[in-house]
Amino acid sequence: MKTEITVALSGLNNTDNPGPGVPVIRGIRESESFAPRIIGLAYENLEPAIYMNGVVDKTYQVPYPSEGSDVLIRRILEIHARDPIDVLVPNFDAELYAFMRSEKRLEEAGVHTFLPTMEQFEERHKTNLPDFGKKYGFLVPFSKSITRIDEIDRLKEDFEYPLMVKGKFYDAYLAYNEEQVRMHYNKITAKWGLPVIIQEFIRGTEVNVVALGDGKGNTVGAVPMRKQYITDKGKAWAGITLDDENMLDLTRRLIRETRWRGGMELELVKSGKNELYIIEINPRIPAWVYLAVGAGQNLPEALVKLALGMEVEPFDHYQVGKMFIRYSYDLITDLKEFEKLSTLGEL
Amino acid sequence: MRLKKNIALSDSGFVFNPTTGDSYSLNRVGREILDYLSEGKSLDEITALMTAGYDIDAPGFEKYFFDFISMLRQFELLEETHEN
Repeated sequence: MKTEITVALSGLNNTDNPGPGVPVIRGIRESESFAPRIIGLAYENLEPAIYMNGVVDKTYQVPYPSEGSDVLIRRILEIHARDPIDVLVPNFDAELYAFMRSEKRLEEAGVHTFLPTMEQFEERHKTNLPDFGKKYGFLVPFSKSITRIDEIDRLKEDFEYPLMVKGKFYDAYLAYNEEQVRMHYNKITAKWGLPVIIQEFIRGTEVNVVALGDGKGNTVGAVPMRKQYITDKGKAWAGITLDDENMLDLTRRLIRETRWRGGMELELVKSGKNELYIIEINPRIPAWVYLAVGAGQNLPEALVKLALGMEVEPFDHYQVGKMFIRYSYDLITDLKEFEKLSTLGEL
Repeated sequence: MRLKKNIALSDSGFVFNPTTGDSYSLNRVGREILDYLSEGKSLDEITALMTAGYDIDAPGFEKYFFDFISMLRQFELLEETHEN
């Protein structure tokens, strides 16, 4: 007998820079424990998952976190009052701050979440990654935050080219000279604001891990992956699960030492000497999480269980050599649907 | 030397390295040589088998064999054994 629950999620954009919403929903829908009703939280009215059959049962438009945390939370509570939410799974870095800050308020209203603590969120931030590496003894590339364009001239004192230019939330570009750094700096600041992070470029193979920590230091699940096909935005369009004990050891140690709570994605580079550098720690489930589900670890379902305070047995296995290949698909819908969402803010 | 234990080698000659995620395709001859390596055969034994089965002499085979081995090493598919 499956338990009926209502789960609300964001990240419904399923473009060439996809959000994790759809794969997280697929995982939850495949749960053996839950019969879920899915509420989609949409920031834009053309997010594909709103219109996809069998993905969301109901969609509500929500304001961007940039309009103020309180505005977003008030909207969530307003939705909750009309259409009760059991579990909320935010899927964007940029909105996490608002939800973490309001975790207690949401919990008191009956909306359960399972998010990193503010301290965990802050210390793994791109700007704080060198200190994070030092504190916990992980290899991380040297990096520096800059807030003024004239600082670019002095980068050669600390860095060798090429180097990485990164936005505080998203976007990363490789730059071979100062001119390219300036170009990327302008592009990033226009989109994500300041600071811009300059990071040492580590040569090697990019590999990733999706993992879930229970907040007590235990790893509930972890699956390593290598991107096999990368889009011009650096997103995985195909990937394969790996059998790499070093990556798993690093993940378990990181979760144990930080007592990580919630989903995470580790972006790593394996150097020519087989050393693993942590390039980024994303504080949420990544868009390729359905590969983990397909390989035997339904991490979205486990996350929902943790949010509800249920006991979750850690996964001890996944299938190596499982692949995912993304595709695009032209979904036909009616103007009426679009109209309804645009005018009423729900569908 | 021999093929690393975790390397998957299929009948069709498809090789998958689960540590790196890389995969390769071998032709029939490459597949045969990898089978001999997996069985732990020595260079002399492999040379004898290949020169008996194909129209090639020992020096000619060994030249190709060492090229092949260096490629397998570069792709991190081999592990050294004490015997060799």
